[in-house]
Amino acid sequence: MSDLSDLYQEVILDHNRRPRNFHALAGASHRADGYNPLCGDRLTLYLNVAGGVITDVAFEGACCAISKASASMMTDALKGKTVSEGEALFQRFHRMVTTPPDQPVEDMGKLSSLAGVREFPVRVKCASLAWHTFKAALSQEQKASTE
Amino acid sequence: MTVGTIGLERVRADFPILGRTVHGKPLAYLDNAATTQKPRQVLDAITSYYTGLNANVHRGVHELSERATEAYEGARERIRRYFNAGSAREIIYVRNATEGINLVAYAFARPRLKPGDEVLISAMEHHSNIVPWQLACEAAGAVLRVAPIDDRGELILEAFERLLTPRTRLVSITHMSNALGTVTPAAEIVRLAHARGIPVLLDASQAAYHMRLDVQALDCDFLVATGHKLYGPTGIGVLYGKAEHLEAMPPFMGGGDMIASVTFERSTWNVLPYKFEAGTPDIAGAIGLHAALDYIDAIGFEAIGAHERDLLDYGTRMLEAIDGVRIIGTARDKASILSFVIDGVHPHDIGTIVDREGVAIRTGHHCAQPVMERFGIPATARASLAMYNTREELDALGRALHRVREVFA
Repeated sequence: MSDLSDLYQEVILDHNRRPRNFHALAGASHRADGYNPLCGDRLTLYLNVAGGVITDVAFEGACCAISKASASMMTDALKGKTVSEGEALFQRFHRMVTTPPDQPVEDMGKLSSLAGVREFPVRVKCASLAWHTFKAALSQEQKASTE
Repeated sequence: MTVGTIGLERVRADFPILGRTVHGKPLAYLDNAATTQKPRQVLDAITSYYTGLNANVHRGVHELSERATEAYEGARERIRRYFNAGSAREIIYVRNATEGINLVAYAFARPRLKPGDEVLISAMEHHSNIVPWQLACEAAGAVLRVAPIDDRGELILEAFERLLTPRTRLVSITHMSNALGTVTPAAEIVRLAHARGIPVLLDASQAAYHMRLDVQALDCDFLVATGHKLYGPTGIGVLYGKAEHLEAMPPFMGGGDMIASVTFERSTWNVLPYKFEAGTPDIAGAIGLHAALDYIDAIGFEAIGAHERDLLDYGTRMLEAIDGVRIIGTARDKASILSFVIDGVHPHDIGTIVDREGVAIRTGHHCAQPVMERFGIPATARASLAMYNTREELDALGRALHRVREVFA
């Protein structure tokens, strides 16, 4: 059985306490709202994309620790990446959190701290919310949902 | 530590699931407002129906079908007695309270609603007592009105009364809020509405397993309840309706059992209550619910109410003593629900952490998003009590919440 500390790792608690890039982005080129109807997490993601490069990312909202930390780390990870690099990162992250917990996953640096959600199946959606919202923002959909 | 003369220990022993562990800890099941656990008597009744009696009802002349029909109709009579309805014709089997409300919205409200008419609900309704009325109002060009609640989570009765207008065609209101625990003054609500000739539906999903309900004393026109919160099985619910209304209503669903005769030109409807019961019903569910109501009445609401009140007071004091905890829903008349938030911790995280301690609570919006909005919060954590809960289980919740505070220190 997994321990709570696998889920609430120090780096996650830190990003929950002090979320990075936690603000609105005036004049953002892309934005989308994410909603997890199961627990009521809501976030808005802002992107500035120029010449195929994500020059700035920010988010705001009312979220649980897992989705807030995941969003915070994601904004750090995406800044400066090209759109296609960002999309590739989405794929890798998605693979990581949906791999069964008894199988190995690749090292994604800080983002790997979220691999612990695999032991807590209902929390996988919390970890994924920001990333789905990122995809929605890129495709200029209005809303992302984990349902 | 009592549940009447039977005693809490024996009551707990009747519920097999209460003996199990979760994540290596004894289960503390505090999610009763979502669904209650089932005593062995209910499980046995269902099993013995399937092992000794299974047949379709109202169809065969063979022994099993007759006996199954007897048991199924016996359950209806038992439900009538539980709610003190005047006649078993007024007891309609449905799948759950949601279906009961939809039935009334579709077969009672829709034919009566004209453009500009109003349906009145309250600000503390479950989604199941909001959405069917939105659909009905939208179809008719009618308007859904919402009676406000105050900061304690109590219905503001004067505002409710002002919203009863010459255009109000129906009031549909909860007898007890699943998100806040508020018990509404149902008899007074009915009296105020009836004074203006407006019929009233009471959603008794929560109230029905915490207090004695008497539909004749309440004088409500409709009442809905659900079996799985009455210590009975899922898939069976109850709609009570005054016979005069039910007689005047068209059927809700068509099919077998609800007809008197069928030709390709025209069909005629069966008498009450069968007019509203199309197709093979949940026979085992009805029989299980019969056993559940027997079980509740054997203990009695005097004992259940006293025990649950003790737990509610104990739990309230315990929560108030924890730093950063705020109880949502502090109505003066309140039962069995402890909704709360903790500063700086999202309810979803509370739920995950206390789950690891074996404590089952609900976190989220409790299918009552407008209530969350009213209190300006995204969600709450909710511990909800039933007759078999103990102070020790609330202590386990308290310890788990201290663990939450540690993790998020």
